Amino acid sequence: MIQVTNLSCGIASSPILKGIAASIPAGRVTALIGPNGAGKSTLLKLIAQQLTANSGSITLDGVEVSEIGARKLAQKMAVVAQHLTVASRVRVQDLIGFGRWPHSQGRLTAEDRAAIDDAIARFGLSALRQRFLDELSGGQRQRAFIAMAFAQDTDWLLLDEPLNNLDLHHARNLMSRLRSLAEDRGKSIVIVVHDLNYAISWSDHVVALKDGQVAFQGPVAETATAANLTDLYETPVAITQSDGRPFAQYHR
Amino acid sequence: MKFLPGSRKVADLAGPDGSRARVRNSVVLAFLLLCLLAVISLFVGANALTISALMNDPQALQVLIISRIPRTAAVLLTGAALAVAGVIMQLLVRNKFVEPGTTGTNEAAMLGMLAATLLAPSMPVFGKMLVASVSALAGTAVFMLLARRIPPERPLLIPLAGLVYGGLLLACATFIAIQTDLLQYLGVWMSGEFSGILAGRYELLWLAGGLALLAYFAADQFTIAGLGRTVSMNLGLRYGQVLAFGIVTVSLVSALVVVTVGMLPFLGLVVPNLVSRIMGDNLRESLPVVAALGAGLLLICDILGRVLRFPYEIPAGTIFGIFGATVFLYLLLGRRSHA
Ligand SMILES: Nc1ncnc2c1ncn2[C@@H]1O[C@H](COP(=O)(O)OP(=O)(O)OP(=O)(O)O)[C@@H](O)[C@H]1O
Ligand SMILES: [Mg+2]
Repeated sequence: MIQVTNLSCGIASSPILKGIAASIPAGRVTALIGPNGAGKSTLLKLIAQQLTANSGSITLDGVEVSEIGARKLAQKMAVVAQHLTVASRVRVQDLIGFGRWPHSQGRLTAEDRAAIDDAIARFGLSALRQRFLDELSGGQRQRAFIAMAFAQDTDWLLLDEPLNNLDLHHARNLMSRLRSLAEDRGKSIVIVVHDLNYAISWSDHVVALKDGQVAFQGPVAETATAANLTDLYETPVAITQSDGRPFAQYHR
Repeated sequence: MKFLPGSRKVADLAGPDGSRARVRNSVVLAFLLLCLLAVISLFVGANALTISALMNDPQALQVLIISRIPRTAAVLLTGAALAVAGVIMQLLVRNKFVEPGTTGTNEAAMLGMLAATLLAPSMPVFGKMLVASVSALAGTAVFMLLARRIPPERPLLIPLAGLVYGGLLLACATFIAIQTDLLQYLGVWMSGEFSGILAGRYELLWLAGGLALLAYFAADQFTIAGLGRTVSMNLGLRYGQVLAFGIVTVSLVSALVVVTVGMLPFLGLVVPNLVSRIMGDNLRESLPVVAALGAGLLLICDILGRVLRFPYEIPAGTIFGIFGATVFLYLLLGRRSHA
């Protein structure tokens, strides 16, 4: 479980996160939602130790994350950032291979190679494995980075808007893989999503941020209500049932 | 986004093992070519050397040992080390257009050397070298701070800023040199050439070669650092340490080369870019090729410099400058647009 207590963070004197308190359950898919600029990416970066907070604490299974150590943390937690800029020419299979770095430090074992091949196959990258990253489309590149995080095979997987560039086939494919990682292998997934239907139909738990504060959090069934979501986005959201599943209707 | 037809074809045809064998073959081929060039270099120069002379004439052997072997070794070490320094710089700054000549590193090294020559003229070369290295390090660190302020979507601004910054340092150095009558030193450091290399006057370059070799052990770290800070941290890489190690390596190599043979512009820029186009930036695969190509191209330039106006010499740096500037222009203008 990730426990965030009284977390505050600001860049250049303007506060971004103001006293966040949240808990993210282990073994579940948690959706981190909220309007643009709410602080979702900032919270994810703080958890991943890519930013340092002004105050407050973040613990992973009771241990302060800042005390885990870089390599240990990389073995426990993989993160895919929202913006993936690449300036260097690395092949897809080499990038995914680097996902094994925290475990093997560059000396790939048979187990590492199996994890790499598995990640390549799962994300439909077999035909692209010899391509350079700068010769891929935006969605293909994003899949390569997600596959790298998969190959990292950590207990925690944090994805910042992974659906951004994906077509509906790959988006659905990704969500069902994340679901099965949580259900079958007990992994804990945190994903930032803007598409409410993906959020409510695939996740177990929701943490909603607004203006740097937690708007609401808890199990999807209890918290993802029309009233809550309408307030959160200041946009009318209706929840209907379609084939026995909740369906968010907000397009018009 | 446009694709590079050449590299894609290679990628599609070769499976993972096929491409590895191909890489191994090309490395072997490159190594043989390098040996051939080295042998040619041993026998070309103002004093004619032949195999039979070597057998009979002790003086010919002296020429070989005192001049030709050191000169050939110096060229190879310099070419390899500069190319390696260039590719490390490019990965750490995440910009294809930087090298020690466009980051103020060389100029800062000269400034340090000038200061050491002025303030402690009796200091041994090694001590002066150390001062130049520290100065190069400081100069590069300042450049890194500058580069950080430049938005990544304007990649050409970084080398531009570096050139202006280097120009500024050079202007300071020139001013000091004029005031103190040391201008001829500056001239020597600014034009890279090997005609003055003799046994006993180039050995510091082995240090540069050793540093390039040391960098190879951190090849994966540099490749990951080239993917950016976020990815590096996600993989548990000690990004700060890798950055520091890289900058120290680049600064030391630059200082050693500038002081021993002089500046060789474009080498650290052109060689890694050529290799990157074909092989990509996974240093574990490409670093040996980068080093070999740097060494080989510079040796070709040095040999050409010895024969073109025989018995006079054209500095290797001048010849490489013409070649390098042409390739650089091509790389700049033929730049693929990134989507
Ligand atoms: N480097 C920065 N400097 C200053 N302010 C920043 C910086 N990065 C983010 N912010 C501000 O912090 C706030 C939260 O940003 P964050 O990226 O966490 O939002 P987000 O919830 O991920 O939004 P989005 O849905 O658009 O990705 C925003 O108001 C943003 O303007
Ligand atoms: Mg964001």
